[in-house]
Amino acid sequence: MSATEPLVLGIETSCDETGIGIVRGRTLLSNTIASSMDEHARYGGVVPEVAARAHLEALQPAIDAAVAEAGIALSDLDAVAVTSGPGLAGALMVGIGAAKALAVGLDTPLYAVNHLVGHIAADLLTGEDVEYPTVALLVSGGHTSLLLVRDLVSDVELLGETLDDAAGEAFDKIARILGLPYPGGPEIDRAAADGDPQAIRFPRGLSRASDMEAHRYDFSFSGLKTAVARWVEQAEAAGQSPAVADVAASFREAVVDVLVTKALDACARHNVPRLLLGGGVVANRRLRDFALARAADAGVTVRIPPLSLCTDNGAMIAVLAAELIASGRAPSHLAFGADSTLPVTEIQVAG
Amino acid sequence: MILGIDTSLGTAVGIVDPDGAVRADRTSDNPLGHAEVIGDLLRHALADAAHGPIGQTATGEPVTLTHVAAGMGPGPFTGLRVGIAAARAFALARALPVVSVPSHDAAALEILLATALADPFADVPRFAVVTDARRREVAYSVYDGLDADGIPIRSMGPALALRTDIDGVLAGLGAERRDIATISASMLAVVGARAVAAGRELTGAEPLYLRAPDVTLPKSVTRPTGATS
Ligand SMILES: [Zn+2]
Repeated sequence: MSATEPLVLGIETSCDETGIGIVRGRTLLSNTIASSMDEHARYGGVVPEVAARAHLEALQPAIDAAVAEAGIALSDLDAVAVTSGPGLAGALMVGIGAAKALAVGLDTPLYAVNHLVGHIAADLLTGEDVEYPTVALLVSGGHTSLLLVRDLVSDVELLGETLDDAAGEAFDKIARILGLPYPGGPEIDRAAADGDPQAIRFPRGLSRASDMEAHRYDFSFSGLKTAVARWVEQAEAAGQSPAVADVAASFREAVVDVLVTKALDACARHNVPRLLLGGGVVANRRLRDFALARAADAGVTVRIPPLSLCTDNGAMIAVLAAELIASGRAPSHLAFGADSTLPVTEIQVAG
Repeated sequence: MILGIDTSLGTAVGIVDPDGAVRADRTSDNPLGHAEVIGDLLRHALADAAHGPIGQTATGEPVTLTHVAAGMGPGPFTGLRVGIAAARAFALARALPVVSVPSHDAAALEILLATALADPFADVPRFAVVTDARRREVAYSVYDGLDADGIPIRSMGPALALRTDIDGVLAGLGAERRDIATISASMLAVVGARAVAAGRELTGAEPLYLRAPDVTLPKSVTRPTGATS
């Protein structure tokens, strides 16, 4: 195989998106995604068994579609890549079973990689020069992590992560409190459009001076959630209907503020003037605008890959494997399993 | 040759010639760990098959697969899916069709063949393949011998029954209880081969889940009563 431009198919099934990506080196050939989001809508969150069933159904058609779009034959592949964690165990296992059989069937090497590091690798597919080190803020319905990336294939450090809900989950839950449908992100955005973000001062989790020692870069959204619920309850007890627009805007502001403040604090403390945003919550315009404005003040360059590469996808898994191959890493042996809590320091599993 | 993959109970990979000669039969003792073992079992089964039929001392022959048989359960969902996903992906890799086979049919064929070998002229009583379905339930399928295509006649099931009720259910159906702890992937492949030869479809593309998904609602602050939206 070509060491610098390997043709890799990536399989991502860690949450509710079945992602099949095909890359040649850092060139994106296909980013095929089948989402089961609609099936989760009536439950107000991702139901693991529903997600796993949907993955099994979607895999074969998604692989077919990706191969057709990329204009390749499966037999052309130099390697197969798969997310082995972190994520929902039962969902991950569907992708792992498929990836192993695909690799054995094609007689190609298999690379088992870390989902979170995949989110960082997605940036390579934008076609722009990527510089390290960078701080990376990954925000989605499944994770909220702040990372320091010194080298994509060898040195990724977890600075902090959420201690309770992921930021995306917080959006979903607040949407429910406000009687808005799932997924909450776009709904809160819509509701917040006419609201005043300064109307209510909701708490910023883990941002007090006393939190700085142990949890400087960690996040917590449970206190915020409770504060919003209480605010709505009190408004109703007082016989008023809660001002949904103001609540949504103020809640969103609290989330965005704490995310960006901590990320830029990490940039300053580690003397890294670069911040990468990833994960589905990047779809939130307020987050992007807020980050860009605050980063500009701080002299930090912000990189935001296109949304299709920020949400969970197989292309990011494929390109991470392509980078591992280019740096001479041996493939994973076949005995790995799903690791729902895979630490970010394990960039490749079973290598 | 047909490759069979079943993860409805343990993890099993088998390869059979179209005439039923077994080329490979690999299983994992671990009732869990399907995702961990499936890759190596597949690789080893393919290597085994290249040695010719088990029991013969032929020199190596090429392994020319024509179909992949996927065990569709019933079985614990998380493990079951690993094998179906693997069967489908392997089939894509080799551009082969997938044959969906109810896993109980493989167990039934094994029972029927063993009975016939012991006494070719004996009547085969109606029996039920019974497997663990977790949550104090079992899955069962009732069989009445083999049909003209050599495929076990499943007269009922697969269905679920409470572990405490199954004996009563089977007594009512007049079926002997046969508890099964492992599925043979080569038997599954034989059933698949016979279905292909007869041009029959034994089950659809949907796994035999037998249960709606377990929907545990995410823990959440409930919406205050009366909140306006
Ligand atoms: Zn993700």
